[in-house]
Amino acid sequence: MKIHEYQAKLLLREFGVPVPDGDVADTPAKAKQIAQQLSGKVVVKAQVHAGGRGKGGGIKIADGPEAAETAAKQILGMKLKTPQTPPEGILVRSVWVERASDIARELYLSMTLDRARSTHVVMASEAGGMEIEEVAARTPEKIIREWAHPALGLADFQARRLAFGLGLSGEPFKQGVGLIRNLFRLYLAKDCSLVEVNPLVVTKDGRVLALDAKLNFDDNALFRHKEVAELRDVNEEDPLDVEASKYNLNYIKLEGNVACMVNGAGLAMATMDIVKLSGGEPANFLDVGGSASPEQIENAFRILSSDPSVKAIFINVFGGILRVDRLAEGIIAAVRKLGLKLPVVLRAEGTNVEQGKKMLADSGLPLIMAADMAEGAKKAVELARKSP
Amino acid sequence: MSILADKSTRVVVQGITGKEGAFHAARCKEYGTQVVGGVTPGKGGTTHEGFAVWNTVEEAVKKEGANCALIFVPPAGAADAIMEAAAAGVPLVICITEGIPVADMVRAKHFVLGTGSRLIGPNCPGVITPGQAKIGIMPGHIHKAGDVGVVSRSGTLTYEVVGQLTARGIGQSTCVGIGGDPVNGTSFVDVLRLFNEDAATRAIMMIGEIGGTAEEDAAAFIKAHVKKPVVAFICGQTAPPGRRMGHAGAIIAGGKGTAAEKMKVLQTAGATLVKSPADMGATVAKVIGK
Repeated sequence: MKIHEYQAKLLLREFGVPVPDGDVADTPAKAKQIAQQLSGKVVVKAQVHAGGRGKGGGIKIADGPEAAETAAKQILGMKLKTPQTPPEGILVRSVWVERASDIARELYLSMTLDRARSTHVVMASEAGGMEIEEVAARTPEKIIREWAHPALGLADFQARRLAFGLGLSGEPFKQGVGLIRNLFRLYLAKDCSLVEVNPLVVTKDGRVLALDAKLNFDDNALFRHKEVAELRDVNEEDPLDVEASKYNLNYIKLEGNVACMVNGAGLAMATMDIVKLSGGEPANFLDVGGSASPEQIENAFRILSSDPSVKAIFINVFGGILRVDRLAEGIIAAVRKLGLKLPVVLRAEGTNVEQGKKMLADSGLPLIMAADMAEGAKKAVELARKSP
Repeated sequence: MSILADKSTRVVVQGITGKEGAFHAARCKEYGTQVVGGVTPGKGGTTHEGFAVWNTVEEAVKKEGANCALIFVPPAGAADAIMEAAAAGVPLVICITEGIPVADMVRAKHFVLGTGSRLIGPNCPGVITPGQAKIGIMPGHIHKAGDVGVVSRSGTLTYEVVGQLTARGIGQSTCVGIGGDPVNGTSFVDVLRLFNEDAATRAIMMIGEIGGTAEEDAAAFIKAHVKKPVVAFICGQTAPPGRRMGHAGAIIAGGKGTAAEKMKVLQTAGATLVKSPADMGATVAKVIGK
């Protein structure tokens, strides 16, 4: 799960990680008021779940309260387009207004899981402000890493090594060590999957601050962080993705016109692959899960049918825990309720397959049956092409 | 012969009084697996749907000689269940549970490494040696005893390949699901090593997916050590970057972990790559001359 920069900064503050003074505003008047309180030069930053905001005009520097109000007027309500947003952009609903910092140095700091080592890694670089992937590709020697002990966490000497590696000394060094320790504490305490501070800055008066902050959370751990789960902003997500998440369906909307309904993530990806190999484009990734109920199947079917770009539906199920008879029950219920406006190709195999197929045959629904996944994909792609 | 599981494996099911635990314990037993009972803390001394229930894994080991733990404990307690099984000296711990927090798995994996136990999973279908033992949630009837080893990060996609193999009369020595999570106990390399040394395995079918570098590690191992033919399929060729495709581990991050990259290194390492998931069985048949 992702959150906004302002939410991240408030969390950082809570954990003793210094961030510039500031507050969030959803109207130009509020932005002006915040700027008045801060006094002096401020930065007005669009709050959307995408990077590269500066390039798209989503970040503006303002000399005073009036300028901050004007900047907020321009940013709020705009459709911000950056390399990371959909082509049509994302609507900006709030801005973060903070005191402008006098920057001496821009650094980079992040924490995430290192899958190859099965433990947490802290990465730091003196090349702040740039995309870390770019730094890693061009000058890998500029990234320093410390791996936390799986059980004991990040030791103080490791935090010191990172701070020294960032070229910090004197008072900023002390602040840097404290910041790294506190940030790692936050990373673990909130089950983050990524903490990225880019840039981490040293100001001209020697303070170390998190000028930007990106926090992602482990979805599997949200059950023990209600306060984090509440930070979710569904405005930033595709409405169909949001609808699917209500029913615990793993759904991701894509660009194509062949909808796929599959059990299991691997088979779901493989089904998308075979649709593509058959000359079509998948409209989505959908894993209904191992133990989907007929209700979940019904909702999945409804969500797929409500995507206007979908021209055909391909159901590919290999029954394991999910029994084919339960799948059939869900499909029949969904079609009875919603009608069948699109061609549906079904390929089912595995547990209780005979029973499920009989139920579907008896229902009299005009489903197109396929013997295997190659045939199913081929039929679905053809039907999508022919359909108006 | 086979790897990991056979007729002598004695299974204790952790979380046996839960819906999934009870259902699958019964399916495993039906298949012929020796399921010696289950564990649910606080319900020790009772029986559940015909299975003896203990409070701790240790009791099951002492009283019934359990040498394999099969875990259905819900996500919040699953990592703890893994550690309990390893601490009790169970040599093979198979965790089916999906949705365990990553930080919990980091600690549990480290804990297991400090014991002599092997962890399979989590978020996996389990292990089956057809005709001998089914320790997991896979549909037993689609399997057939034979000499092709199957290893996969995905559940239902494994059923798909097994279905294709069995339909062609090609049996399997053992099928191992290593799971779709970013932190898991057993890697492709571990299973490839076991298959390579297993006299009953003639060829290996490997199913990988996007995300991480486990397939790249497997490629390096295949190149250096594996003497048997390896057929590989990587799913997620059409997956968009930055989106988690169901499995927590299936994500293309920072331009790394794409299917194309993985297919290339595996091919270079000498594996036979399958482009379409519909051709997995046919490719294995061709490679082993059947």
